[in-house]
Amino acid sequence: MKYLAKKLAALVATLLVVSLLAFLAFQVIPGDPTTKILGTEATDEAVEALRQELGLNENVFVRYFRWLGNFLTGDFGMNYSRHMPVSQLLGDGLVVTFALTVLSFLITVLVAIPLGILGGSARSQLLDGAFAVVDQAVMSIPPFFMATLLTWVFGILLGLFQPGRYTSYADSIPGFVACLIMPALSIAIPRIAMTVKMLRSAIREEMERDYVRTARSRGNNRRAILARHVLKNAMVTTVTFLAVSAAEIMTGSIIIEQVFGLPGVGQLLLEGISNREFLTVQAIVVILAAWVVVVNFLADILHQLLDPRVRYE
Amino acid sequence: MKKYNGFLLCGGILTAAMLLFILLGCFWTPYDTTAMDPNAMEQSPSWQHLMGTDKFGRDILSRVMEGAASSLFIALCVVAIGCFFGLIIGALCGYYGGIADAILTRVCDSITAFPSFLLALVIISVAGPGTYNIIFALGILFIPSFARIVRTEYVTCRDLNYIQSARLMGAGDLRIMVAHILPNTLTVLLSALTIGFNNAILSEASMSFLGLGVQPPTPSLGYMLNESRSSINSTPWYMLFVGATIVLLVLGFSLLGEGLQRQAQED
Repeated sequence: MKYLAKKLAALVATLLVVSLLAFLAFQVIPGDPTTKILGTEATDEAVEALRQELGLNENVFVRYFRWLGNFLTGDFGMNYSRHMPVSQLLGDGLVVTFALTVLSFLITVLVAIPLGILGGSARSQLLDGAFAVVDQAVMSIPPFFMATLLTWVFGILLGLFQPGRYTSYADSIPGFVACLIMPALSIAIPRIAMTVKMLRSAIREEMERDYVRTARSRGNNRRAILARHVLKNAMVTTVTFLAVSAAEIMTGSIIIEQVFGLPGVGQLLLEGISNREFLTVQAIVVILAAWVVVVNFLADILHQLLDPRVRYE
Repeated sequence: MKKYNGFLLCGGILTAAMLLFILLGCFWTPYDTTAMDPNAMEQSPSWQHLMGTDKFGRDILSRVMEGAASSLFIALCVVAIGCFFGLIIGALCGYYGGIADAILTRVCDSITAFPSFLLALVIISVAGPGTYNIIFALGILFIPSFARIVRTEYVTCRDLNYIQSARLMGAGDLRIMVAHILPNTLTVLLSALTIGFNNAILSEASMSFLGLGVQPPTPSLGYMLNESRSSINSTPWYMLFVGATIVLLVLGFSLLGEGLQRQAQED
């Protein structure tokens, strides 16, 4: 319990630091935000009034805390190009991005773990070599190329799905999930290769430990040792690796959304960067960063359950 | 032993072939990369155009050669920046320790916890897209991972007997760091370089793919892959060749890295 409290406190502190850094990053941008809203020919009075309204005359920390307060209550500011509050713009996008992330992550875990165990426990040189070669090759395919390939093969050559079509989750949940399958696979396939590689070497390393030899010499069979002891130990590394994956999948989905034309936060982010809508960009960056921090927190908790020794470090 | 060298050998050959291909592209391309030929639009691969032509009749092979060169150049710069500063920071932190080390290690750990793509995005959205900005953004982000690796090596080496002997013989800190510990980090550094190089290629390609990296008319593989998607129906080979170039470039280095790692384990 004490461990959990300590970790929770660290989580909150990290989130604060991350949000402060993200806030500061967007403060160093040259140029006055009022010019963007009012244009270059505004009168000095109008500019001054807007500066007051936006609170630009106060010091950075006052502004940070006010921004944070608004952020926590769900007020992310305005997107001036679209004349809409950022929170309203983000709502739908976040659902899409999040659903895509979760689906890719599930596919990765469900495929990679059995494959990794199979590869790790394989004793034949041939199978091991085949795993290593296929792993390296698949790992080298960037997700956006995988996405393009899948669109071409399954969408255009085989006609199994219509590229660019999107069904909103509000209209039909099965239709929505169906649109996400190809994007999720594009992210998951290279990830699976990486996870399999990691898991294979974790199992292999563990199998060479002394305790395995001892257990073997006492007459236990290989499979039982693998299931009872080795996997549990190998899982510790895997959990940490999967946490990093979950973070990378989220950012990967931003790129993949572009390929499949999914209306996730990726589109808003890119639009925000090119239109210099920094409140939008800032909000998305903070949300993505918070996701990374929270995932790492969950991984720490899981790690601790798998390996209680870390509590005393 | 034979199996281990397989990775190194295949990776070495593939990388050497890709580097030669790119180097050739720096001096000579079969066609002018921007020349449009109205008589040769959307041609499939042939002896005249080994990778075919795009919808403007431009030779894809020439464009791929030039694009790969600029992607490689960016990746090399990024890795050079990351490795150079990472080496200095890692060596100083690992050798001297103390509060500065504790703080810097903490900062590096936090930075590496975030996907580099996310951080690069922040820097690019502040600084604006462009070749040098992308080198700058990715270069900074690559420092922590190198610093961490180098630091670990320095921490393990600094109290070893041979270092203490060197110190007793009157070698200065700088001499110990450069002449005595640095050579020991090379094995680890070499495989970190291949991994870093791949990450740099992929990050740059992703950023350019989204239009945040290299700006046209400068060619880049990521940008070209994005461009090729719009004509995927009429000229699918464009997308295939550009993608295959990225994959082969990355695969060569990752095989090389894997081979180096296995070799190091073997020793």
